[in-house]
Amino acid sequence: MKTAGVDIGSLTGKALVLEDHNIISWSLIPTNPDPNVTVKKAIDIALEKAHLSISDMDYVVSTGYGRLTVPFAQRNITEISCHAKGAHWFFPEVRTILDMGGQDCKAIRCDDTGKVTNFAMNDKCAAGAGRSMEVMADLLQLPLDNLGQLSLEIVEAEVPISNTCVVFAKSEALSHLRRGKNKSDILAGVCEALATRVYSLMKRVGIESEFVISGGIAKNIGIVKRLTDKTGLTPRISFEPQIVGALGAALFAQEILERERQT
Amino acid sequence: MIAHYGYADASGEYYIIIDTDKCDGCEECVKVCPEGVFEIALDDYDKAVACVKEDVIKSLHYVCPGYHHKCANEENNCHKACAQGAISHTW
Amino acid sequence: MVTIGIDIGSLTTKAVIVEDGKIIAHKLVLTGESGYESVASAVEEAMSLAAVDTKHVAKCVSTGVGKGETPYANEQATEVLCAARGALFYYPSARTVIDMGAESVRVVRCNDNGRVLDFGLNDKCASGTGTFLDTIAKALEIQVEDLGPLSLQAKEDIIITATCAVFAESEVVGLIVRGKDKASILGGITKAIASRIYGLANRVGINKDVIFIGGGAKNTGISKSLADLIKQGLLIPQDPQIVGAVGAALVAQERSQAG
Repeated sequence: MKTAGVDIGSLTGKALVLEDHNIISWSLIPTNPDPNVTVKKAIDIALEKAHLSISDMDYVVSTGYGRLTVPFAQRNITEISCHAKGAHWFFPEVRTILDMGGQDCKAIRCDDTGKVTNFAMNDKCAAGAGRSMEVMADLLQLPLDNLGQLSLEIVEAEVPISNTCVVFAKSEALSHLRRGKNKSDILAGVCEALATRVYSLMKRVGIESEFVISGGIAKNIGIVKRLTDKTGLTPRISFEPQIVGALGAALFAQEILERERQT
Repeated sequence: MIAHYGYADASGEYYIIIDTDKCDGCEECVKVCPEGVFEIALDDYDKAVACVKEDVIKSLHYVCPGYHHKCANEENNCHKACAQGAISHTW
Repeated sequence: MVTIGIDIGSLTTKAVIVEDGKIIAHKLVLTGESGYESVASAVEEAMSLAAVDTKHVAKCVSTGVGKGETPYANEQATEVLCAARGALFYYPSARTVIDMGAESVRVVRCNDNGRVLDFGLNDKCASGTGTFLDTIAKALEIQVEDLGPLSLQAKEDIIITATCAVFAESEVVGLIVRGKDKASILGGITKAIASRIYGLANRVGINKDVIFIGGGAKNTGISKSLADLIKQGLLIPQDPQIVGAVGAALVAQERSQAG
């Protein structure tokens, strides 16, 4: 049985091809302003890598922000459920998942089958999402990929950022910069503030081992380390944390098809 | 499943929490809310339960006046309307 | 009796001099990095315009986010009280005051004596504030003064789904890439900001007459959107930015008379 999962986020589009218990191929691309273009490109790349075509797919499930407008998907399922299922495939002992992309953050609790038991999502405010890191990277003129590491290399002391709102926090960081504070120290304050907000969201749903982090934020070592300290748990991170949602969608596709074939 | 609908921003935390295991899809909350915040929809596990409308979530603090701040004093509100006690608010 | 009101906002500082219930001078400066110096310069220039000296001044009250560290001020008053008093000065029928500043938005309900009945404030989130407008102006490469008139020329109805200034900025960039015209984008943004303010006003309660003050009240697009949402006319003083300082000067007068 071959299934595909498509996860269309606000900043990235992902597609994944699953055959029985194996991930055959996947893609991860930046979104195009036109979601139809993003979806087509993501699935085309994944299919090409697998040397397959869309007609080879027995079932396709879409998820993510753009899940409702995927023409070749037979069903759409929320990203909450897909992230739980995908994380569970990688780490069957997972009970708490944190997923953060550019524009949202989700805290999810699941049971031993990967079914969601509790969730809270925040996609309204940039302060709790990856976007806050991008704004700071831009302000401090540093590469986004390096921010996490730099935030751990404190020179004098972490500079606390008191404003939650990214717009106001940016001005606050700028005045610290003008007063000669070290970029690493400012970044430490920024990462600490973000990690605190994320931890708050996680406490809302409760935290239980194993703890999995997915989404772009898993690649930010500054946030990962701070969350490790706050939760007292070492997070598990898959080889490509951004495809967890698409994997979950492909797994749901398998389940739905199996159920349909039985009836 | 405990579903938190809403967000936290710089001004506070605004979540409506629905326990979908308790919800029986009776629609009383949909009828009683003056702002039309709720609807009944199939969740990912194909159960018809109450949820907060998707286009309301990001403006929740602007649409829902808040249980503790306002509706708790009203004669009827979504908490009272739910016989299963499935709904709660963080503000 | 001469009194002075100083309103130190996050973007601008306003000084107003009132003599026996009449405004005799006012001055607005940018607050900048040093609030202290801006206050001093605003007050001194206003006094010079009014030809008064500190010895003529019975009392000086400060308000606004920087009210704590002000030269010249003897006392402080809340922004909420000053907004109510200031609005009533211009419109004795004022019962609801909407104050849209650079980094905060507040709604005040008052009675005919200017006593505050209820209020709502957002000063933590940029949504609904002047900073949101500023961010969009930069993204669209338009001057802040042109935002209002341009938004009224919208050709199509664009709905902005983001409720956060930062996400809205990304959404605007996406709309530009998709070839949408600036006027229509601005129309959408203006409606979004107005609906944030309306949400706050609704929570506080809206009683006729509604007065719109603060720097944001100078944006004709926002005032039109807001008027449409509250379904009644908005009254806007000629110089909406100084109303808080006017209120502070009147509070100074009241407190002086009370002795």
